[in-house]
Amino acid sequence: MKNSLVSISDYGKDEILEILDLAAHFEANPNQKVLEGKVIATLFFEPSTRTRLSFETAVNRLGGRVIGFSDAATSSSSKGESLNDTIKIVSNYADVIVMRHYIEGAARYASEITDTPIVNAGDGSNQHPSQTLLDLYSIRKTQGTLENLDLTMVGDLKYGRTVHSLIHAMYHFHPTFHFIAPDELKMPEEYKLFCKEHNIPYTEDAILEGNFSKTDILYMTRVQKERFQDLMEYERVKDVYCLHRDMLEGTKDTMRILHPLPRVNEIDMDVDTSEKAYYFQQAQNGLYVRQAILTKVLGLSI
Amino acid sequence: MEKELKVAALRNGTVIDHIPAGQVFKVVDILHLHHYENQITIGNNLDSKKMGSKGIIKISDRYIDEAEANKIALVAPEAKINIIRNYEVVEKRYVTLPQEIREIVHCPNPKCITNNDPVRTVFHVKKQANGQILLHCHYCEKDLKCENAKIN
Ligand SMILES: [Zn+2]
Repeated sequence: MKNSLVSISDYGKDEILEILDLAAHFEANPNQKVLEGKVIATLFFEPSTRTRLSFETAVNRLGGRVIGFSDAATSSSSKGESLNDTIKIVSNYADVIVMRHYIEGAARYASEITDTPIVNAGDGSNQHPSQTLLDLYSIRKTQGTLENLDLTMVGDLKYGRTVHSLIHAMYHFHPTFHFIAPDELKMPEEYKLFCKEHNIPYTEDAILEGNFSKTDILYMTRVQKERFQDLMEYERVKDVYCLHRDMLEGTKDTMRILHPLPRVNEIDMDVDTSEKAYYFQQAQNGLYVRQAILTKVLGLSI
Repeated sequence: MEKELKVAALRNGTVIDHIPAGQVFKVVDILHLHHYENQITIGNNLDSKKMGSKGIIKISDRYIDEAEANKIALVAPEAKINIIRNYEVVEKRYVTLPQEIREIVHCPNPKCITNNDPVRTVFHVKKQANGQILLHCHYCEKDLKCENAKIN
């Protein structure tokens, strides 16, 4: 179905900007009856409370109704029903299907077997486009533009899908990137090659310290213990990638810190009170972006 | 001697030449030649001025269509296909990789839906600036180097 949103690359520059403008409209007034009479299914084959609540709040504030399940154990798939059958049956009831699945490519496949728009709310380590769009929204809101920004990405750049998607999405807007990660979690070759092929400048570093004085956006990610084969290595790096308030000295006044949340210990709590900490507002922005996505996939005008 | 092996003995059929030495048996797989009942000659590790070492396959009374030629391009992008009729080369064909490959390549990602549900694989072919050919899984969106592709 052509109206589905499975991967951030399904949207070109104009569609990304259209979503951000719509989201700004909803931020100004989040309670509107845009989805009145619509039924939205949230099918969470893998649990994710934060993402599900954000989508369901988006529906509720726009006057729509929600059906679905929050965990595969309570759904018919635990009785062995195939994804194909679940999607076809739910398509008979719902106007949009928001789905999260641990299998990579599940949302793409679902979008091919039904005419009901599919919104991917995460498929394994593959795509999570509403997260990428809320990151873009937060960047534009704090910087006033998406063009010509300097972004520093820190932490797990190897497995972190949010940073990979952000590279693909920012490519429309002439960014400069700085990748800061321990050796075991370095940015994969394919994304660096993507930057080279599109003339996007980038630097790489292994140490987080005083090297972001020109940065507009400091994008922090979780450094997860289970990613390390060598636990000694984890113990060695986990504090190196921890951001403290005193490290913000000398950074731009307009610099903002983003994090897809939940954090573990990569941002010290003493950063939370800094005006440069933006990660809680960033999560809040997810609501408006998801309202925009639902409106767009339904082709509704506001 | 080599020239004789290549063409002269074949009356009607197909000669696939300039296959990289390590890939000959993958071509055999792609064309399902294991159960083919007519004559087949397979040469491997032959000297080649152009490639150093190469393989060649001659198949009697079997003609390769364009779709099959495209599949061969996956494992032998330099391959040259000669169609022989009555001892004469009647058609020379170079293989070309299609933009999209359906079904024949297996996705190596165990979490990919094509390995978990009855979904057929689809790969998009991308050529990088350094010449590397990548196969991009339409579903899990992971890249696979062409030479590592496992053919179903
Ligand atoms: Zn795949």
